[in-house]
This record gives sequence, structure tokens and C-alpha cells, in this order.
Amino acid sequence: MSTLVATISRIAPFPALLGEISREQAAKWFWRSVAVPVIAFAIFLGLWQETSKQIVTSLGTIPGPVEVVKEAHILWADHLHQRAKEAAFDVRQEKRNAAKLAENPNAVIKWHAYTGKPTYIDQIFTSIKTVFAGFLLGTIIAIPLGIVCGLSPLVNAALNPLIQIFKPVSPLAWLPLVTIMVSALYVSSDPMFEKSFLTSAITVTLCSLWPTLINTSLGVASIDKDLMNVSRVLQLNWRTKVFKMILPSSLELIFTGLRLSLGVGWMVLIAAEMLAQNPGLGKFVWDEFQNGSSHSLARIMVAVFTIGIIGFGLDRIMLSLQNFFTFSEKR
Amino acid sequence: MRTVLAALALVGVFGGVLGGVFGGVMPSLAQAKPLKLEKEELKFGFIKLTDMAPLAIAYEKGYFEDEGLYVTLEPQANWKVLLDRTIDGELDGAHMLAGQPLGATIGIGTKAKIITAFSMDLNGNAITVSNDVWKRMKKYVPKDASGKPIHPIKADALKPVVDAYKAEGKPFNMGMVFPVSTHNYELRYWLAAGGIRPGYYAPSDISGQIMADAYLSVTPPPQMPATMEAGTISGYCVGEPWNQQAVFKGIGVPVVTDYGIWKNNPEKVFGVSAAWAKKYPNTHLAVIKALIRAAIWLDANHNANRSEAVKILARPEYVGADAKVIANSMTGTFEYEKGDKRSVPDFNVFFRYFATYPYYSDAIWYLTQMRRWGQIPEAKPDSWYAKIAKEVYRPDIYLKAAKMLVDEGKASKKDFPWMSDGYRPPQSHFIDNIVYDAHKPNAYLEKFKIGLKGNERIEGGKIVGKP
Repeated sequence: MSTLVATISRIAPFPALLGEISREQAAKWFWRSVAVPVIAFAIFLGLWQETSKQIVTSLGTIPGPVEVVKEAHILWADHLHQRAKEAAFDVRQEKRNAAKLAENPNAVIKWHAYTGKPTYIDQIFTSIKTVFAGFLLGTIIAIPLGIVCGLSPLVNAALNPLIQIFKPVSPLAWLPLVTIMVSALYVSSDPMFEKSFLTSAITVTLCSLWPTLINTSLGVASIDKDLMNVSRVLQLNWRTKVFKMILPSSLELIFTGLRLSLGVGWMVLIAAEMLAQNPGLGKFVWDEFQNGSSHSLARIMVAVFTIGIIGFGLDRIMLSLQNFFTFSEKR
Repeated sequence: MRTVLAALALVGVFGGVLGGVFGGVMPSLAQAKPLKLEKEELKFGFIKLTDMAPLAIAYEKGYFEDEGLYVTLEPQANWKVLLDRTIDGELDGAHMLAGQPLGATIGIGTKAKIITAFSMDLNGNAITVSNDVWKRMKKYVPKDASGKPIHPIKADALKPVVDAYKAEGKPFNMGMVFPVSTHNYELRYWLAAGGIRPGYYAPSDISGQIMADAYLSVTPPPQMPATMEAGTISGYCVGEPWNQQAVFKGIGVPVVTDYGIWKNNPEKVFGVSAAWAKKYPNTHLAVIKALIRAAIWLDANHNANRSEAVKILARPEYVGADAKVIANSMTGTFEYEKGDKRSVPDFNVFFRYFATYPYYSDAIWYLTQMRRWGQIPEAKPDSWYAKIAKEVYRPDIYLKAAKMLVDEGKASKKDFPWMSDGYRPPQSHFIDNIVYDAHKPNAYLEKFKIGLKGNERIEGGKIVGKP
């Protein structure tokens, strides 16, 4: 039990869990960390509900929280409805295949995935998958490169201008280039990934690897000189040096970089999906904007909250990992 | 013609007659000898406009599945993306503007061979102006005894407004959806018929605003109302539901439908790349069969199915606009000013009047307009127009598919122009009463006051060369 608590407290510090504070402090902690945010959020909802009625757009009034919750329910119902349609589709397909086999026992039967539209829930998972793919690819590139940059001032001087130039480039500028490159280079009759998935993921990679790269090289460069000297004296081979010494001592900064990267990646992905019309939440938002129906605004707001909550969730995941892997007391 | 007949005879052998089940909600499993499909999983692109209806209906009514096709329909961001994705194979085919396959084939914009064997619909567009412009032009519009505007309204009423803009030193901007779109040519036709110059294209300047009185620019259809509301454009030509949307939101007034500019004009086609059609001939036939059945369903019993079609189109995965907005034009009424609802039974035609047959003459009309406004910079002989039309429009494939449907009992023989040479008789229902004969495109161009003709071309922002 105590180990569990210790683990939890390392991931998410709830002082109350540790039983190391007075009742008064606990009350104060509760007020600060729970009550105040909840009250503030309630005030925000109230203000939103009131002001939304005042603003009349060409798509009707701006939806308030009530409409948005309703719309979220509709999206969920739609998801269930699509799943039912999918089941019917599969039944029809089975019938058709059976008829085919009855006619010709040697007929080649291929099972086809459902052709209907992806639901809102599907789009959420598509986006999450894509962002992690792009983020992992970026990490695989950025961390080794960052270590090399941090260890060698020469490499750092060589790469620095490139990093500074590419870092501020918007995903929307990368996107056309990436799209055309992927179309040209990724040609196969039976592709493992959809082209659209690749373009989105690579765009995320290009935009999100910089924070990790910079922070890694900074972390590695600022390792205690004594440690480096010790490694020289002991004549450690490079693998031991990297894994036993460099990585552990620069982990804190690497994680800071990863957190920033994932945040940037998530933001970039939505923009990329919007522009390229690749499946995901960005496409959902754009399609709804194009629909221009009386439901559109509320749906887009559902998406905004979804994007925000997922972004927050991703950040928390990274923070927990960071707390788990590093030993620093700084938060 | 003889080759077509021979091909038909051949196909007839395969199409063993078997009573198909008509338009049931559940796809029937009764099949004539099915085509040997080269590809079963297809992805088609579309733009959120009501005239994508044949695709949605073919999917929802199970006509694609009846042919053994597993089709995914995917909305696209804009016409350029849709065309590029069709060219590079990400899409197997798409709902296209009639000018797109022609423009791509002759190299306006991206050059690529695109063909069409299925024309999707007739009419369906309108020209809308902002409330402010309507207020200013209304006093020049002829009225009937009850004080209502007489339709179709000509651009003559708009000319004083455009002149006033010019005098104030302000540009008069209008939106259309794509440089080779039907909307671009309809808007230009209407403006020019009223004496307003819509601007020329030149190889060195593809803005289409050379010597213009009204400046036309591209805006994606769904963003038209918002762009007009923002004041970036004062009017636009677009398909439905984006004109009725302006009425509903009270931000503009449709002044003329394209039915009034040119009665029963061809609007969208179903385009595939020539390479795709060559590689998957049977799949192509199966797709055309499903689309023909969808078109039949859409126009059956005097539009009896339209209200059901509206419900389907209103779903977010298709057009997504509110059903009542889509219903207006789809069910045969059109609202101009708020409250001025008129009956336009042929506003959307999907099957009547041989709407789905890809006529060469339709292709040639678009080519003449490309020449008229300088997108085709040099003069071309009449034979060139016919050659390009034959290259892009493929009634032979269409008739093959139609023949199969007739043999399967899913369509009636009288609904297809079996003996047509691909040319409609000369058409006279234009807003300026000029007669169009597709056999003489150059002579047709001579009849226009505004527009390039003969050997004229645009150089240094001026018209040079002999007419």
C-alpha cells in the first residue's frame, strides 16, 4: 500500500494522500486546488450562457453550454446509429458473399471494411493515433540529434542556423511540400498506411521535433563538468556514457522538451487535418463549418472542448511520465 | 455509331434479362450476370452541393452495393483539391464541374487526361447579390402589374450599380467557384449580356480580370455567404444550397437562376482519369450503372422522391445544410427576395431530358466560353472543338451501361437517346436569345459583342489581332 501511495504521489502529488499535513492545511489545499477552479468554471459557464444569446450570427445565435451538451449527445447517438448501420452493412455483405459462393464455389471472396462515414468518436481516435505517430517519429529523430548537438560544440554550431530557421515554420507551410513528397515517394499498390495519415503525421513531426531537439541539446550541454571528467578518467565506452550518465542527468530537460513537442504537435495536427482534409478532428471542424447548418456552431464547440481536453490530457500524461522518471523536486 | 451498336450487341449477350427489383430500400440480391469487377473498393470525392445527390442516393439506396461496389464518399475542401486527388489516384472518381475534365485535358491549370461518361444534372445554380446591391439595382428591374420583378432579371439592371462603383473608384467584386466552373461561364455570360465586361484571361495573367468592369475571384461554395457577409464580394454565382442560404440568413438576394440564363444547361459530371477508366473498364461501367439508377430514382414520378432525397442530403456527411434550405430548390421552388417564392420545377434536373447523357455539344459550349474569355488563348478550328469533346465525353461507355440496365429491367428503353450523334439540336433558350449550334463554334463566338473571336488574343492587357 505504502509503495502504491508513494508511486501515486510521484505521479500526481496529492499532499492529502500522504497524511503529512494538518487539517487546516488540507482545507486550504482543497479550497485552492478544487473549489476555486470549480467555482471559476461555473462562473465562466454562466457568463457564456448569457452572452451567447446576445450574439446573433448568420448561423443563428452562438450556442450556449446547454446546446453544446445537447449536441454532444446527438454526436454520441449518431455514433451508435452508424455502428448499427455498419452491422447491417456486414450482414448484407455476408449475404452477397454467400450468393457468390453458391454460384461459384471457387470465387475469391474479399471482406470489405465498412464504407460509411467515420463518426465523431472515430475521428478522435484517428487524431490521437496520428499525433502519437508523428510525435514518436519526431522523438526518434530529435533525441539522438540533440545528444550529438549537446556533446559536440562543432555539430551544434553547424546545425544551429538550420534549427533556428526551421523552428518557426508553420505547419501550413510544410503541408503542401509534405503532401507532394508523400504522393511522389510513397507509391505502392497495397499501402500499409493511408497517404493522408502519413502527410498528417510527417507534418506533425516536422513542427514538433524542435522543442525536444533544443531542450535535449541544452540538457546534454549543461551536464556537470565533474561528471564528464569522471567518465574520461574511468574511460567509459560511449554507450555507458550515454545511457548511464548523459541521459539520466539531462532527462529533466528532455522531458520538458517532449511535453512542449506533444503540445505543439497536437495543435499543429488539427490545423494540418483542416487544410489537407485528412481524417481527424480538424476535418470534422472544417466539414461542419462547410455544412453551415443550424447545428454546425454547437458541433464545432463540442470539437473545441474535445481538442482542449485531449490536449490537457496529453500534457498530463507527459507530466506524469516526467515525474515518474525524474527525481527532481522541481515541478 | 456503327461501332457503338456493335459494342451494344456484344454487351447484350452478357446482359441476360432478369427482372431487377426496383428502388427498394434494401439492395436487392437479384442480379443479372454480374460484371467481372477489377476493383471493388472505391473512393469518390464530392463538394457539398445538392447536385452531388446521385452519389449519395446510389450509396444510400444500395445501388453501388447491387453492383458489388464498396464505395466511400468523401467531401473535399475545394474543386482544386478534388481534381488533384483524382489525378494522382487518391480518389477513384469525383463529382466534377463540367469544365474540369475539359480544362484538365487541354491544360488549363493542372494538365491531365480526365474523361466523363456520365453527366450528373442540369441547372441548379443562381446568381446572388448582397442586400445593398439589390437595393440599388431594384429600381432598374422591370416589374409586372403587381409590382413584382419580372424574371429572369437581366444584368442591364446591375450595370448602373457597377458604373457607380467605378465612378467612386471602388472595385465591384463577385465570387465564383473555380476558373473552369460552369458558374464562372454563367456569371460571365449574364454580365456580358447586360454590357458588363467580366474580364479576360491571358497566358501571362490568369486572374481573369484584364479589362474588367466586374472583378471575379474564386471562393469555395460553402464559404460564399460568409465571404459576402464580410463585404469581400458583392455577389456570387454558386450552386444550391448557398443561394437559398443567403435568403434564409437575410444577407443577400438571388436575382437570376441559371435556368433563366440558359435553359437546361449541363452542370456537373462524374469524372475519372483516363488511365483509371482504361485500367478498370468493368468497374467504370458498374459505377455508371449505379449512378444512372440513382438519377432515375431522383426524378421518378415527377420528383416524388425528392423530399426523401432532401433528408438524406441534409445529413452532415453529405451536404449538411439544414433540410429546409436544401428542400427549397430540390422540391421545385426557388425563393428570390424574402417571401418571393416562385415555382421552378426544373431547377434541379437529374434524369429528365436525357440529363445524364454526356453530349458532345455540351462539352463544346464550355470550350467556346473558354475561348471567349481567353483561357484558350489562340484561335482553334471547328474540328478541334469536336476532337476534344470526343476525347473527354464518352457516350459510348454511358450507353453500354444503360443497355445493361435495360436488359436487367432496371431502366426503360425510351429514357436513353440510343441514336443520338452526341449533338443536341441548336439551342435558343439563352438570356440574350443568341442561338447556339455546336457544329459551328467559331461562328457562334462571332455573335457576341463582348468576348474574343476569330484570331483575337490578349496581349499586354489589350485585345490584339483580327476578329
